Order: sequence, then C-alpha cells, then structure tokens
Amino acid sequence: MLKESGEMKDRIKGGSYMLESKNVNVFYGDKKVLQDVTLQVPENTVTALIGPSGCGKSTYLRLFNRMNDYIENFRKEGDILIDGKDIYRKDAEIEELRKTVGMVFQKPNPFPKSIYENVAYGLRIQGINNKDVLDEAVEKSIKKAALWDEVKDDLKKNALALSGGQQQRLCIARTLAVEPSIILMDEPASALDPISTAKIESLIYELKQNYTIVVVTHNMHQAGRISDKTGFFYLGELVEFGDTKQIFTNPKNKKTENYISGRFG
Amino acid sequence: MNNARVNRIKDVLFKYFGIVCTLSGLIILAIFILNILIDGVQRIDWSFMSSLPSRFPERAGILTAWTGTFWIFCLTAAIAIPIGVGAGVYLEEYSKKGWLANLLEINIANLAGVPSIIYGILGLEVFVRILGFGASLLAGSLTLALLILPIIIVATREAIRAVPKTIKEASFALGATKWQTISRQVLPASASSIITGIILALSRAVGETAPLIVVGALAYVPFVAKTPMDEFTVLPMQIFNWVSRPQHGFTINAAAAIIVLLCFVFLMIGIAVYIRNRAQKKNPW
Repeated sequence: MLKESGEMKDRIKGGSYMLESKNVNVFYGDKKVLQDVTLQVPENTVTALIGPSGCGKSTYLRLFNRMNDYIENFRKEGDILIDGKDIYRKDAEIEELRKTVGMVFQKPNPFPKSIYENVAYGLRIQGINNKDVLDEAVEKSIKKAALWDEVKDDLKKNALALSGGQQQRLCIARTLAVEPSIILMDEPASALDPISTAKIESLIYELKQNYTIVVVTHNMHQAGRISDKTGFFYLGELVEFGDTKQIFTNPKNKKTENYISGRFG
Repeated sequence: MNNARVNRIKDVLFKYFGIVCTLSGLIILAIFILNILIDGVQRIDWSFMSSLPSRFPERAGILTAWTGTFWIFCLTAAIAIPIGVGAGVYLEEYSKKGWLANLLEINIANLAGVPSIIYGILGLEVFVRILGFGASLLAGSLTLALLILPIIIVATREAIRAVPKTIKEASFALGATKWQTISRQVLPASASSIITGIILALSRAVGETAPLIVVGALAYVPFVAKTPMDEFTVLPMQIFNWVSRPQHGFTINAAAAIIVLLCFVFLMIGIAVYIRNRAQKKNPW
C-alpha cells in the first residue's frame, strides 16, 4: 500500500510531463554542443525540434534514449527525466529505457532480414519466441504503421526490397512492436519523396493519440503541419519553445522569426 | 605532335604494359601447372591415394600424407577460428580506442608478415617441449593456428567494420544489449567476409611446410594418425621429401601429390568465392 501511494506521489510530483530536461549541457570533448536546455514535453503530443544543421537538435533528441553514450568523449550535465525519473541515474537499465523510448532514424535502416523478422526482432531479443504472440504483434504493429495492405501477402520478403518510404514505415512498425510510450524521430522523412513524406506525416498524426512523439525536422512546413509544440534550436541553445501556432505566427524571439521567415538556415 | 596525341599514345602503351604484366604471371603459372599435370596425372589412382609410403616409388602412396593434411586442417580450424573471431570481435566492438589499441593493431598486422619458420621455432619450444605435446598433430596444429591467427583477426575486424553503423543503432534502439546486437546483427551480416578470410587463411596453413619441419613432422610415417597426439606427416612434407630423392619415380609421385594438394586448395578457394558472391547478392552494402 505504502509503495503504491509513493508511486502516486511521484506521478503528481512529475506532473503530466512525459519528457523533461533541466539545465542540460552536452560536451563532445571540450566542445560544448548544447547549452542550458530546459524543456518539458506533455504526454500524447507531437513536439517538433527545428533549427539549422549543427544546432544540436539531433544530439538533444538522442539524449532521451541515451544513443549519445556511444560517442567518444560525450559528457552531459543537468538532468534528463522521463516520467519524472532520471534516466542517467547509476542503476538505470539502458535496455529497459529503450523499450519505453523508441527511435526512428533519418535514413530507413531495416535489418537485412524478412519484413516479419524485422518487426519481431524487438520481441525476440526479449526472449519472446512464441509464434502466435509474434504473429499477432507483427500484424498489429504493421497495421498501426499503415503498411499492412502493401506487405501482408509477402511478410517473408527481404525488407531491403521495399521502397524507401515503405522501409521507413517498417522501421516505425518495428519500433511500435516493442510497445514504447515515447517515440523519437530524427528527420524521419528527409530521405523520402513527397508522397512517402505525406504518409509518414499522417501516420505521426495518428500515433499521437497513444504515443508521445518528438520529431527533429529540417522542414519547417512539416513542423507546422504535424506538431503541437515547437522548439527552435540555434547554436546549441533552445532559443524559443512554445505552441507551434504561436512560434509560427507570433515568435517572441527575433532569431526565431528570422529563421521561420527563411532569412537564414 | 600535340599533347592529346602524346597522351593517347601513353594510354595505349600503358595498356600493353599492363597486359604483358598480367600475362607473364599467368603464363609462368600455366607452364608450371601443365608441367606438373603431364608428369603426375597418370600416377593418380586409387592405390596412390590409399597406399602407405614406401622405398619403391611404384608402391608408395599418400594415404598418411593426405589424412595428416586433413587432420591438420580440422584441428587448426577448430583452434584458430574461435580464438581469431573472438579476438577480432573484441578488438573491434569492445576494446577502448587508444594508444594500446593502436599498438595492438600495428603488432597484429606485423605478425601476419613474420616468416613462418619463426612460428615453427616458437611452436617447437612452447608446444613440443614446454607443454610436452611432442611432434604430434596437436603441436603442429597449434603452431599453424598461431600462424594464421593474425590473418583471421584482421579479416574479422574488417568484416565487422563494414557493417553499417545504422544497423547497430537500430538494434540498440530496440533495447538489444551489445552481445545481442553482435550475435544477431553484426556477425550474420559480416559472416560471409569472415568465412572467406578464414578459408583463405586455412588454405595457407594447409600449404605450409617450414614450421611443421621445425615442429617435427616426419617424412616417413607408416601409419594413419588416429588421435591428435600421434606423429604425422602432411602433403607438403611428403612432396618435399620425394623431390629430394634421386629416383625418377619419386619425382612423378611428387608431381601427383602436388596435383592433389592443388586440387584441395583450389576447392577451398572456390568455396570462399562462392560464399562471397552469394552473400553479396543478399547484402547490398
């Protein structure tokens, strides 16, 4: 009983913020790439991170599933919280974290295996090998990723034979199969043609009902179309963060305005 | 003559120079193989394959030699593959990059260039004498395993390095541990290159003579080896022994044995090429 009430308190204390960063600085060796970033992302929303190349938005995104850990000389100050818990704490289990926080990458990166095995992979590494369970999860995930009608007769086909847009939706399906609550997307449509991009965008809009999504994008129109909140990064700093509508129509900061109106970047 | 014309002549000249270079190597090899075939091919029959060595060339066979080569091949593979691939995976995926890793890398590359007889002397001291294995198959295989370890390690590392980083990232992002990522993604994706490297290394081991002479492989073994602790001979040893004899009959025997050895090596290289071609169709990178 006591433990339960304790957890309840945690949730209230953490508010409804799904992701949160507090005064985060990131260094690669001596180079500071993120400067004092504080930001809160509410549950079941889409947050877009925009800014010119090299502004640190991808680095920031990768803090939330600890993908930066593989970079040599990476160092972080400040706190990154998910559901109120510090994910960089000493006893944090990095594999567990990544089951909660999925990621879709810039370039579609399916495994050189069948469509089915791509989606089943995340479950197989958890030791789930029951065929019925896998079949169900694969079908459900591919349906959620709006790919089912295109591949349902051919799940044994090598994933690399799919088109770029289909590969990216397969990567999303693969992420969904693990049942995360948060999905990080690093320019998920930048390598795709306009039609595939539109499909990914409407998919993101659909997924918002059940997932908290953070998208890094170069494409400002895309940010305007799909997101509830937008953060503008410039030279490693979060210049402005707010409702997408406000950022795009009435930016408070001069730099944001210049970037959005296309004067640089 | 204008410049363009001069350049065109240079171009043609270099082309012919290249053709001559390529052909000279091929022709010498062709003459050698043809020579061997003419001398030896009629000597190869079942009794040649299944007879023990003898003082009389007509009665001598290569049963002990080819079974010895087969033993050496299997034992060397069993020793060198797990150690070589394991070390390669460790160096590429786990070890911290730094001056120590660089030093190791340079040394492994250098080891691949050390003359094989040096390995023989090392094997004699360590395996034959200190560990007391005697002039056995085991001592010979351990020595040859040492000899080809650097090749396997380097091949493994290069194969692993060729696996795109994005595949590893995808696996990690789904909650896979490092070992799961290596065993389920990295190794399957690089297996064909690793296997190719292993086969080429093993075909080198099978053709080695010098280190085995030092370790104590015998020229005359009147029985087929039954355990790894038995004394042994191998095809190159038998060939070496036969060509140094005065009787013409043994020269023919040597030619026949060379054909058998060549067939074995060509077969293995053929398998390596087949595996690589088949895998390249599957993995586009």
